[in-house]
Amino acid sequence: MKKTRWVIGSIVLIGLVIGIIMYPLPFLFFPELPHLDFLGRALYIILLAAGMCLYRINRGPTAADRIVAVDIFGILIVGFCAILTVSTGRSWYMDIGIAWALQSFIGTLALAKYLERRGFEE
Amino acid sequence: MSHTLGLIFIIIGLAFDVFGCLGLIRLPDVYNRLQAATKCVTMGTCSILFGTFLMAGFVAAGLKALMCIVFLMLTTPVAAHAISRGAHRSGVALWPGSVVDRYAEDQEGERE
Repeated sequence: MKKTRWVIGSIVLIGLVIGIIMYPLPFLFFPELPHLDFLGRALYIILLAAGMCLYRINRGPTAADRIVAVDIFGILIVGFCAILTVSTGRSWYMDIGIAWALQSFIGTLALAKYLERRGFEE
Repeated sequence: MSHTLGLIFIIIGLAFDVFGCLGLIRLPDVYNRLQAATKCVTMGTCSILFGTFLMAGFVAAGLKALMCIVFLMLTTPVAAHAISRGAHRSGVALWPGSVVDRYAEDQEGERE
């Protein structure tokens, strides 16, 4: 049973990654779109990882899980801005990344302090 | 040449991001999830930023990417330690299969 779950999960994961790299989702509905280069498709992979973070934010058993997932989500957005910088050639996307990293760090520290002081009741 | 090297760094970073977030889903405990996700995603994002620096060169975008690498390397471990300490103090239980808990032993030693 456990081995079956591992096999099914790895098949789904490999299929998702290959499907994202080879043939992104909007091309299923609009085949006449201009074709993206590799960096345009890398954005879809980061969106997949961000979807996993959203699953953990939704289903976290404790509040600490949600804080961890929000922190990881902020770091993923920095990578998203870096890939946008390369693929569009505009350097101000990197400014958004730096500002988002700083804001996410301060917010995570504040949430951790609040968690340490009194603890959420869930 | 530097374009190809940058693409290789970006692909390595994407793989680290996806597997870090997979650990965020699959692992059983707050502390395990924190370790897997924070290490892997920090390494992956720093690799993506270094690939950005290699592809852009010494212009505004590349230097901002280097600054962002230094900033992430400084701030993410601090945030992870703060979350872990807060979770342990607010009473989040460890996974039943975990072996040792040094922080609780230290706190008991301080009380005695």
